[in-house]
Amino acid sequence: MFSYCVDPDSLETLAWLSCYLTTGVHMSFYMAFLKVLGLLAVTAPVALGFGFLGAMAARSGFGPLRWFGKTYIAIVRGVPDIAFFLFFVIALDQALEWLRHKTLCPDWDMPIRQGNDFIVCQAAKLPAGSAPEWIHETYGFALAVITFAIVFGAFAANVLFGGMRAVPHAQLETAAAYGMSQRQTFWRVLVPQMWVYALPGLSNLWMVLIKATPLLFLLGIEDIVYWARELGGTKTSRFTDYPHGDWRMWYFLALLVFYLAFTKVSEIALEKLMLRLTHGQATTGGEAQRRAAS
Amino acid sequence: MKSLILTTAALAIVAGSAFAQDKTIRMGTEGAYPPYNFINDSGEVDGFERELGDELCTRAELTCEWVKNDWDSIIPNLVSSNYDTIMAGMSITDERDEVIDFTQDYYPPTESAYVALSDDVDLEGGIVSAQTATIQAGYVAESGATLVEFATPEETIAAVRNGEADAVFADYDYLLPLVEESGGELTFVGEGVPLGGGVGMGLRESDTELRDKFDAAITSMKEDGSLNALLDKWFGEGVGTY
Repeated sequence: MFSYCVDPDSLETLAWLSCYLTTGVHMSFYMAFLKVLGLLAVTAPVALGFGFLGAMAARSGFGPLRWFGKTYIAIVRGVPDIAFFLFFVIALDQALEWLRHKTLCPDWDMPIRQGNDFIVCQAAKLPAGSAPEWIHETYGFALAVITFAIVFGAFAANVLFGGMRAVPHAQLETAAAYGMSQRQTFWRVLVPQMWVYALPGLSNLWMVLIKATPLLFLLGIEDIVYWARELGGTKTSRFTDYPHGDWRMWYFLALLVFYLAFTKVSEIALEKLMLRLTHGQATTGGEAQRRAAS
Repeated sequence: MKSLILTTAALAIVAGSAFAQDKTIRMGTEGAYPPYNFINDSGEVDGFERELGDELCTRAELTCEWVKNDWDSIIPNLVSSNYDTIMAGMSITDERDEVIDFTQDYYPPTESAYVALSDDVDLEGGIVSAQTATIQAGYVAESGATLVEFATPEETIAAVRNGEADAVFADYDYLLPLVEESGGELTFVGEGVPLGGGVGMGLRESDTELRDKFDAAITSMKEDGSLNALLDKWFGEGVGTY
């Protein structure tokens, strides 16, 4: 990166480090941090959406919808994350390709499963075989987001379901007495009040989600854990300009600091959010705020 | 039965040529096994197999692209068509041949070796580390030593350094630079063990057309001596013996 990096062997420690830490592989490492943050930024709202829909379904008055919501919550909560991640992503990918195969290549007469091989016609490939690598990566990333969202959505659904039930029943009865319809009661009375009950559970989920990002590596996405392992490994001078011993400890230490700092920041933000949500609520927290103010 | 095989083969050829155009061949590799394959300073796949693979693609007139994948799941991801070939220092063995197909070897049967901290380790009764799902791991398991497996080659070496294992058993070519630069800490122990049926390129069993193309390209590289030159460059003088 810097002009003096041409001959790293002759450099002083600090200059050497400045060159070493700006090599192309390290840039990929730094990009991986953005990847993880990006995944969280996309997954959290999507998972919350899944959770909200799940909770709505689970308390629906319409039987099949209610069973669907409850089954979703029960199954996903019951299956181990790793099993879900290894199985579901491959199944989802193959299901999508199979559907495309059926619609795009109707005259294909070879079996899709040949022994161990899963073969669909070229047009049905997802992403297309000729697509550049970044499309493949984006596709993998999207699969990861969906998988994360489904898993964490189930937990969020359970939390929100509990939050909705925790809203004092008198509030809903009052709303009915004022002549609000079911729908109005739900959106104007229940939903605004349930967050304060759901937030402790949701904040837990957020923390677990942050820590779960290394599962990305299982999905073949080169996340920070992959790069820490790769960069920290012993490098001999034949294959790099920057030979070093086993430095994985230092890289993982950096990851430790990153994750701890990130959870700390999240904690502070969630605390602020909690304060705001409690404001004016008929809970002990809301009551305490009212007393302090008066 | 015979006609069934024939029709399937014919279909494979017809179907194969139908989509032969405009297809990028995705080459899967591990990227953690120098000199076969590794990630270089600028973050790209590099090494003997990168150079060889690119040359093979040129000769077979294919557009190729390199993809990294974990060693553990490198075969499952091939058969589910996430990429089309494996070039990852993979030795041709009967067990693997049941699941995937191989081209002819592009590196003759390789020598595997033990590396330890001192000369006096017990290779038959001690603890030996090897990478998961490699021929070396299979060999150690049958040798009477206690096998400890790791997902990456790096971890197998680290296990010896921190005393978790008495010795590591891996490809000689992978161990050599590590031993040379360890400053006398690591040494080769015992005799080298020739293992496997050579290193070849792995492909899906149904991908016969692609395999034939690469086979032809490897043959042509063997004939004009360019494969020997590559082997000498990456593994040291005198390795190329085709």
